[in-house]
Amino acid sequence: MKQKLVIIGNGMAPGRMLEELFERAPGLYDVVIFNGEPRVNYDRIMLSPVLSGEKLYEDIVIHGDDWYARHGVTLHKGAKVTGIDRTAKTVTSANGVTESYDKLVIATGSLPFIIPVPGHDLPGVLAYRDLDDVEKMLEATRRGGRAIVIGAGLLGLEAAYGLKRQGMDVTVIHIMPTIMERQLDPPAAYLLEKALNDRGIEIITKANTKRIVGEDKVEGIELEDGRIIDGTIVVMAVGIRPAAQLAKDAGVVTNRGIVVDDGMMTSDGAIFALGECAEHRGVCYGLVAPLYESAKTLADRLVGGASEYRGSVVNTKLKVTGINLFSAGDFAEGDDREEIVLRDATAGVYKRLVLKNNRIVGAVLYGETADGAWFFDMIKRGTDISEMRDTLIFGQAYQGGSPLDPTAAVAALPDDAEICGCNGVCKSKIVGTITAKGLTSLDDVRAHTKASASCGSCTGLVEQLMALTMGDSYNPSAVQPMCTCTELGHDDVRRLIVAKGLKTIPAVMQELEWKTSCGCAKCRPALNYYLVCDWPDEYADDYQSRFINERVHANIQKDGTYSVVPRMWGGVTNAGELRAIADVVDKFEIPMVKVTGGQRIDLLGIHKEDLPAVWADLGKAGFVSGQAYAKGLRTVKTCVGTDWCRFGTQDSTGLGIRLEKFMWGSWTPAKLKLAVSGCPRNCAEATCKDIGVICVDSGYEIHFAGAAGLDIKGTEVLGLVPTEDEALEHIVALAQMYREQGRYLERIYKWAKRVGLDEIRRQIMGDSEKRRGYFDRFVFSQKFAQVDPWSERVSGKDKHEFKPMAVVGMAEAAE
Amino acid sequence: MMDTKIMGRRDAECVQGGFDRDWVDIGVLHDIPLRGARCVRTPLGRIAVFRTADDQVFAIEDRCPHKAGPLSQGIVHGTSVTCPLHNMVISLETGQAQGADEGEVRTIPIRNRDGRLSIAVDTLGLLVAAE
Repeated sequence: MKQKLVIIGNGMAPGRMLEELFERAPGLYDVVIFNGEPRVNYDRIMLSPVLSGEKLYEDIVIHGDDWYARHGVTLHKGAKVTGIDRTAKTVTSANGVTESYDKLVIATGSLPFIIPVPGHDLPGVLAYRDLDDVEKMLEATRRGGRAIVIGAGLLGLEAAYGLKRQGMDVTVIHIMPTIMERQLDPPAAYLLEKALNDRGIEIITKANTKRIVGEDKVEGIELEDGRIIDGTIVVMAVGIRPAAQLAKDAGVVTNRGIVVDDGMMTSDGAIFALGECAEHRGVCYGLVAPLYESAKTLADRLVGGASEYRGSVVNTKLKVTGINLFSAGDFAEGDDREEIVLRDATAGVYKRLVLKNNRIVGAVLYGETADGAWFFDMIKRGTDISEMRDTLIFGQAYQGGSPLDPTAAVAALPDDAEICGCNGVCKSKIVGTITAKGLTSLDDVRAHTKASASCGSCTGLVEQLMALTMGDSYNPSAVQPMCTCTELGHDDVRRLIVAKGLKTIPAVMQELEWKTSCGCAKCRPALNYYLVCDWPDEYADDYQSRFINERVHANIQKDGTYSVVPRMWGGVTNAGELRAIADVVDKFEIPMVKVTGGQRIDLLGIHKEDLPAVWADLGKAGFVSGQAYAKGLRTVKTCVGTDWCRFGTQDSTGLGIRLEKFMWGSWTPAKLKLAVSGCPRNCAEATCKDIGVICVDSGYEIHFAGAAGLDIKGTEVLGLVPTEDEALEHIVALAQMYREQGRYLERIYKWAKRVGLDEIRRQIMGDSEKRRGYFDRFVFSQKFAQVDPWSERVSGKDKHEFKPMAVVGMAEAAE
Repeated sequence: MMDTKIMGRRDAECVQGGFDRDWVDIGVLHDIPLRGARCVRTPLGRIAVFRTADDQVFAIEDRCPHKAGPLSQGIVHGTSVTCPLHNMVISLETGQAQGADEGEVRTIPIRNRDGRLSIAVDTLGLLVAAE
């Protein structure tokens, strides 16, 4: 009979242990997990990017529900274990589940330490440990005000940065004279403190909290010296302690954590401990790399192996965007220790190595951390550095041979050097996988090895390894094929479509020798766009080659429902339109109505079957599709201009509406968003748009190639034109130039960077014949494009899209 | 609201292995666009029925193994579909995720008799409510 393995806790350590276990011996155990949190296993070290808004919870899930199902794991969610009966070999949870075990793994993690000052139990005092804490913090950010973070360690500073990014004022209170004193020496701490100050985070050191102020919720804190700091939340990030109480109650030997031997076994031979709750050789670890190492040992032990965990040297990186900081090992001063220091005040670089008996025992790098992995490797190995001592601090590239080859550094790394600390991936695994599977792109390497797939800070190293392994065949600047169906890049395909007069997707695939019978989800939408753009009158749009949003003219949401955005020309609406929207919301019980960044109203959560009826009602009120789903003209945002504004210099609303009415319905390589501001105060935010207009007394300043998404970039000036008619002609010509040259999914700012701003200015501003040509071609294509897709579908087009083909085994009443 | 009626026509037939299988009619091939898909609603969830460029038909669970995306809304290419939510590619023949991704969806036996399509309901473990 199968042995039963019960695991208490569902964090990263047991998650990794199970991956290792299933790789070694799938099906060896019946696995049952108790998780105190009501969710699956997620990447706890990525909570900071979730807090700062740089990632979503969905992005940090490690094992989704399907993973547990696939491996036959029973996961009790929201089941906090309250007792272990070692005699009966059973585990019982608060919600009444009892499971027996043959082997038990305790992975209860750690608890945040809450300083027991008066007021510590007030609502608004938070820890920073799990997703619930992050959600509470995010909720607080919506109310605004000041956040007080107690503790300037790794977690505290990441919390402070995240809260600041979410728009709160932040003050960090730290009891020690310098911040992050466990990882940083005072000079590095000084540089870091300065960098955080520059980001608007206030830091008060040598400050002891006396009490938390507030009646029935947090209103601030009082320091020992009597200072009062106002705040709406207090985040305590002063440390963690291993969650060992459960084990202790069961009579398992504990000290600070649950005591384990080199095989991760506790004082009870059937019970193991893993992760932050475990104490190994007197050390409790709180970072992910050592936990992953011990997880590997435990997995091996569980399949009958004899591997031993011997403890880890740990390194640290701070996940604050734009700050490079690395520390590893032990850097306290001592009589038997020497140090090598490099400072470059202008560049903001500080490097310090601590040596003992010609071996590196500690390293702190600030500002320039590329050699972190190399130093860390030598610390772990105890490498004798006397030969290279003179140049050691300059890094690996300066050790003999050719200093300027950027790949020399990674080439010199030993095979087992760790490249990706998050996922414990070493050099030989990456090199071996690239060779064995013939990988050619960074995405492939991430998919197959997980290297640089978590926090991404080792991406540069991984790319260097790729260059090293593939040699000349790795050329990041070479023409990238459109997809694996062809060797041709986007530009060649576009050129050949026109040169050979290719007018259908099958014709393109045949003539250009596509390697697949009917393409893939990457090339088909691109080809469809190129053909629509190049042969507006002749090409029959292939809806099956369009992404679902463009096929059903609404935006698919994570739950399979759709959102609908009616067009409001220039962002202007009226009582009749709003009333019609309100009626539609009531009639179809639309769960969410939201105002978008493009001055439109978004109706979310509409079932696909209801879309035509929703559109029919909106159509009666005069609405057409807002094309909020399209790789095409989206919105023209405006301010109120001379009609109302005392600063307005031109009729910005009028021009915006005119542009939108002229350009709606056009397909473009990627989405195209415009804005028109009536004066340089720029209330319509035109200077981060794909195309923007700033009205001035003397005319219209046309801008383009801005971005405010994945990248943030102010616009470039195309030129100044004196009249509204000219503004329209220049903008339309620019849009057409982009339509004809842009690669599918390439936003205008990337296209502009590729072809050059001067070239664009020369053609649009300087060459009236060219400009007129672009303008005329745009106008011609609009004859075929300006058909409202909603009213078409209300009158029956593509009926099949919106109805199930059949209903099997359901009573009609259920519909 | 629905223009489809409850499908109740069954015909049992012998398939290889010798056991009787219940087929239920779901419509005709031309109801589905080429390189497209339609849905069939069942008490156990949606089934996506695909028609490839060369008129092969496949039926799979309409639920991506990654984040439960509706596969019927994806782009069909060869005998695969790309999920509309996060681009996981699923084989229509095996239900397996392609490339480096892992995961699988259930496949449902489907039969094309002169353009009339039926699916094997016994594999769904469902009873036709009309009977």
